[in-house]
Amino acid sequence: MHALVVASGPVIPNFGHATGCIANDNAFFCTRWVREHWTDTLQPALIQHLWLTALAVGIGFVIAFAAALVAHRFGRFATPFGIFSAFLYTIPSIALFQLLVPVTGITVTTIEVGLVGYTLLILFRNTLAGLRSTPPEVIEAARGMGLTRGQILRRVELPLALPAISAGVRIAVVTTISLATIAAYITPYGLGKPIFDGLQINYHTEYVVAGLLAIALALVADGVLVVAQRGLTPWTRRRVAV
Amino acid sequence: MTTLASQFNLHTFADAFRFIWDDRGLLATKTLEQVQLSAIAIGFAMLVALPLGVWLGHIHRGSFVAINVSNLGRALPSLAVISIGLPFLGIGHPVVIIALIVLAVPPILTNAYVAIDGVEEDVVEAARGMGLRSWQVLLFVELPLGIPLIFAGLRTAAVYVVATATLAGVVGGGSLGDIIFNQATYFLSGVVGAAILVSALAFAADFAFAGVQRLMTPRGIRHAEGTHHPEAEPPPILEVASA
Repeated sequence: MHALVVASGPVIPNFGHATGCIANDNAFFCTRWVREHWTDTLQPALIQHLWLTALAVGIGFVIAFAAALVAHRFGRFATPFGIFSAFLYTIPSIALFQLLVPVTGITVTTIEVGLVGYTLLILFRNTLAGLRSTPPEVIEAARGMGLTRGQILRRVELPLALPAISAGVRIAVVTTISLATIAAYITPYGLGKPIFDGLQINYHTEYVVAGLLAIALALVADGVLVVAQRGLTPWTRRRVAV
Repeated sequence: MTTLASQFNLHTFADAFRFIWDDRGLLATKTLEQVQLSAIAIGFAMLVALPLGVWLGHIHRGSFVAINVSNLGRALPSLAVISIGLPFLGIGHPVVIIALIVLAVPPILTNAYVAIDGVEEDVVEAARGMGLRSWQVLLFVELPLGIPLIFAGLRTAAVYVVATATLAGVVGGGSLGDIIFNQATYFLSGVVGAAILVSALAFAADFAFAGVQRLMTPRGIRHAEGTHHPEAEPPPILEVASA
């Protein structure tokens, strides 16, 4: 008799008491959720995002820098590489990541290849513009002092190009941080993952916090690069002061 | 995943163009929405950033606002701006438009400031010596000379905005992003087809602004381009293509 009564009612599983955040679902912001999920969700995503960005800008810089040096030495090379990188730049990022999936799979490689592609235009254009901005009379003077072509590049042109190059790195870093959030739509990795996860289940706190972290990362990275640039090019500051 | 792998080959691109032709009705609607979103955002951004940048440049003040605040603005990831605005504005176009305005203001503001601020002092001095008032100097001297840089900022902003309007596909829909973010329905060929249209739109926006620039540039300074400033954005596509 007893067993029959139990079986006749609907079976409601007991998940225990709802925690504050779930009971108070979609309150604008739930600090408790952030505390509980900092170590298992947010912190790893932040570190992943940092690595994605550093690796993409690093690889992109090596390629773009080499290409800019070649383009500076052989002018004919500038237009084809410029067109190639400008073309890459106009492909909507989300489509490029999807196009890469059949080749590289749903992996971090897919994200990286896409991100590197987008850094190329910025870094190439700025590096080349910096190298070309050396006044001809300065190069003339260097040649008159007996410097070889390689020496002129290393001791005159590259130092003078540093402000333009570091401006390019700054733009590339913040652009990459932005695009890497979108890449998580394809490969769930980095800060885009909690953003898209939160959007999917419509949980405000998750995507707002992840969005704030992405913005904070971009601002801090930009600030660090500004300080680094000032350290590398003390003469630009002096000129402004005078 | 085998289905995905087998989808991608040279036929993908042929299929993409077939998709563009077969679904031209749908694509026309989505393209129009993308253009509307972009136009509203660029319009608002111009309304805010152009007068402010031009005015600050004219009085040679506020370089901190015009350049540094712009650098901060440029650092904001669009998806993050959308996700923070979402609880306030809800799903739909407004939150996307806000994010696009945030994206468009920095290049327009910085370039407008640099363009006007950087006009040679001798020229302004000469104009003033001829009896021009301050507003006449701005209107007849500084603005015409600043056109190349001002338009470089507008063109950069337009390309960014048109490409990023795709993100509307994640929050409520209404742009070519509806297709690009929905491979399950439209397959890779549909995604590629819509992406081709977005690229074409970005180029078209750049060309359109380049055309307006040409019309607005007085004949006398048409060949006097090439003014470069390290803080200013060069035009995104055409300059590189012709470099």
